[in-house]
Amino acid sequence: MVLITRKIEFSSSHLYHNPNLSAEENRRIFGKCNNPHGHGHNYTLEVTVAGDPDPVTGMVLDLKELKEILEREVMQRMDHRHLNYEVPELAGQIPTCENIARVIWQLLDPKITRGRLHHVRLYESPDLFADCYRNGASAAGKR
Amino acid sequence: MNSALKLELGRRYRFSASHRLHTTHLTEEENNRVFGKCSNPYGHGHNYVLEVSLSGAVDPAMGMIANLSDLDAFVQRHVLEDFDHKSLNEDVSAFRERVPTTENLCIEIFRRLQSFPKARLERVRVEETAKNSFEYDGSNEEGNRP
Repeated sequence: MVLITRKIEFSSSHLYHNPNLSAEENRRIFGKCNNPHGHGHNYTLEVTVAGDPDPVTGMVLDLKELKEILEREVMQRMDHRHLNYEVPELAGQIPTCENIARVIWQLLDPKITRGRLHHVRLYESPDLFADCYRNGASAAGKR
Repeated sequence: MNSALKLELGRRYRFSASHRLHTTHLTEEENNRVFGKCSNPYGHGHNYVLEVSLSGAVDPAMGMIANLSDLDAFVQRHVLEDFDHKSLNEDVSAFRERVPTTENLCIEIFRRLQSFPKARLERVRVEETAKNSFEYDGSNEEGNRP
């Protein structure tokens, strides 16, 4: 099995606010991420697909195909968008790094038919990221 | 949460510390042979990067595995306060008897962070320089080097 990883970057705005909590509780839990007009990040997404190279092409999957899937499923949905208001898949969820990574996994998994989605890592900043992989899969080789 | 998926939260921290790789179990010659310039008597320092990975259920009200302010405070209290701008050999009791290699540093940090109450500690990863890094996930607890 070989792992192949493609990286993309997108820029989005968001804020953390739970309407079921009081303004005070929102402030206490989410801090400055609760500022009412939101803020933004440059996100970096790393998507890793696992598979055996095709004996004819030598590829697990064509990177161009992966690039098109990422463009369609992630870039068009999230790049230069407000994650709270413009991404229906995140509706009703706090758009944390954890939740965005999970939504991205759920969007990509059914679209990747050559090889198998192995790992999604989403960086909100260089010092904060979320990892998503199939439960039971070994953490080894995730990077 | 969809149980077919496993989610982890990763956070990076930085600290600067000095160390010297040297053990009284070896002769001076052997120390020099094994540790090379890392055994120079007055020690040297690194800008370390610590990467902490946690797993657990995403709290639906917060959308988080753990609140970063809780994690930051815990890492600050249990690791950074003791290690940052310190001599690992002289200032950290765990390294009085154990060589402060980055392998052993990973193990020590894992032990200190394991009791984080809000999520499960999956692993720690330490970059000693941009060129080398070490990881520890708590397995093989008994097999640590002296």
